[in-house]
Amino acid sequence: MDANPKTAVSELNEIARQMRLDILEMTTQAGSGHPSSSFSATEIVTALYFGGVLCYRPDEPLWPERDRFIMSKGHAAPLLYAALARAGYIERDLIWTLREVDSPVQGHPIQNVLPGVEATTGSLGQGLSAGVGHVLGGRLNQLDYRVYVLLGDGECEAGQVWEAAMAAAHFQADNLVAILDYNKFQETGPISREMALEPLVDKWRSFGWHVEEADGHDVADLLAKFAAVEAVKGQPSIIIAHTVKGKGVSFVEADFTFHGRALTPQQAELAREELNGTR
Amino acid sequence: MELGKQAGLKPYPQPLRNVFGEALLNVARDNEKVVVLDGDLGNSTKTEYVRQTFPDRFFNIGIAESNLVGIGAGLAACGFVPWITSFSSFLLCNAYDQIRLAVAMSNINAKVLGSHGGITLGKDGPTQMGIEDLALMGGLPTFVILVPSDPASMHAAVKAATDYVGPVFLRSSRVALPEIYPMDNCPFEIGKANVVRQGSDLTIVACGIMVAAALDAAAVLAKEGIEARVLDMHTIRPMDVDALAAAARETGAIVTAEEHLLQGGMGSNVARVVAEQHPVPMRFVGLADTYTESGDPDDLLRKYKLTAVDIAAAAREAYAAKAG
Repeated sequence: MDANPKTAVSELNEIARQMRLDILEMTTQAGSGHPSSSFSATEIVTALYFGGVLCYRPDEPLWPERDRFIMSKGHAAPLLYAALARAGYIERDLIWTLREVDSPVQGHPIQNVLPGVEATTGSLGQGLSAGVGHVLGGRLNQLDYRVYVLLGDGECEAGQVWEAAMAAAHFQADNLVAILDYNKFQETGPISREMALEPLVDKWRSFGWHVEEADGHDVADLLAKFAAVEAVKGQPSIIIAHTVKGKGVSFVEADFTFHGRALTPQQAELAREELNGTR
Repeated sequence: MELGKQAGLKPYPQPLRNVFGEALLNVARDNEKVVVLDGDLGNSTKTEYVRQTFPDRFFNIGIAESNLVGIGAGLAACGFVPWITSFSSFLLCNAYDQIRLAVAMSNINAKVLGSHGGITLGKDGPTQMGIEDLALMGGLPTFVILVPSDPASMHAAVKAATDYVGPVFLRSSRVALPEIYPMDNCPFEIGKANVVRQGSDLTIVACGIMVAAALDAAAVLAKEGIEARVLDMHTIRPMDVDALAAAARETGAIVTAEEHLLQGGMGSNVARVVAEQHPVPMRFVGLADTYTESGDPDDLLRKYKLTAVDIAAAAREAYAAKAG
């Protein structure tokens, strides 16, 4: 679809709920993965793909004029795969082969293996640079697509993020939008305890970026911020989306150690009930 | 430098890095999809020629090698042919992870220049020297690895790398190298080694600046009645298995010569092929598990045993081992 029709917020919330269920099934079945990191960014990705933000053609994944979405926090691959299946890039059955031998649905996204994956990520810190490359390429090709890059918060500890931030401002990449999934936790614990990132707004501003903050689970707020940054000229924008790691499943929200592990089948049943509202 | 003197090779007035700069300008002129990314060393790598002629297709990303590679990968995804350029030491050692994920694993159409390979880069010392680049690149499946040996082969290699669809690493040197091939007629096929001297008593397999040194060594050995074949192994991967098998079978002894660590470089890859195809006595000329130091390139080559004299000595040993 070249321009996604606007979808009602209530419908987007329902899509987000179904995507969480997909993520839950994928990772539980695989027995590994990063469900909580995927849950925290579910509304962000839902708004992008299904809220009319991204222009794309699922049957022509390399359509030169497409808007780009780069999942820089590659461990949220299940979320990306859920979106790609729902958008029609890949067969839905494929996502149930996550992390299995002979499947293109790799543990972390691999470019040129699965349609719709714009960059290989999983070693953190790399996606924003690819985004800058797509901006420069669009400029040379005289195309006016936009480039969206989803960053993790822990990922912002990596120096390459700031190299790319500097370059994006230098090249006045005003069609580049970073979204920071600010769930406040990294693998081993709270970010403030492990490697403090604050003041984040000041950091991005000082690097020459336009900064917006959003409630990362409020689709309407996210859509408003995506619309607002389209008007920004001469500098890149970042939406710092405040999120909850594991959002949607209470006992995952309460335990950051779910970062790198799937739910057990018993936990998954509880989570399923909670997401379905039957608990 | 006196490289190629004993073999009667004609000196070339310009350093190989300048030849690279001209070759890059040529492919940029021929192919409008070629873009050049610089790690703020364009005046050393000579990518500045492209900057001067095609400023719109030249990007100085600054002293940020990780970002340099990532942006290059993004441009490749947009259909461009990025030449990602810096000193091999800085680029590979800083941005190995980015080259691994964004280029090699993604199998994109990007070209990586590692300039100032080896120890012959003036007096800047070991921090700037790329003595481990071939070993590092060897750890990245999907990459073609090229090491041109003279001006004509540099032109041919840059063109072949640009035309090839997929990741290519090309090593360049700062020094001037003599002419081995005619400027207008250099045979260069990726993966096909060139026999630059015929011989049946042993084979010297060399790459980069060591090809001229190998020809010098062969000239010395000829006076002793030993006829050495010299193979220019300009492609380290994919390696020309047929040429090596023929060399082992037909000449019965092999010496390798490279301006690189012995660990993981050309020689160790040649040894694996020879061991599988047709084991024969081998000797290895290269850097033996050491960093070097500042100094005049000729002095360094002598001190670290990377000269025609060292190759000839290794050849005599290999030849004797074959006879014994």
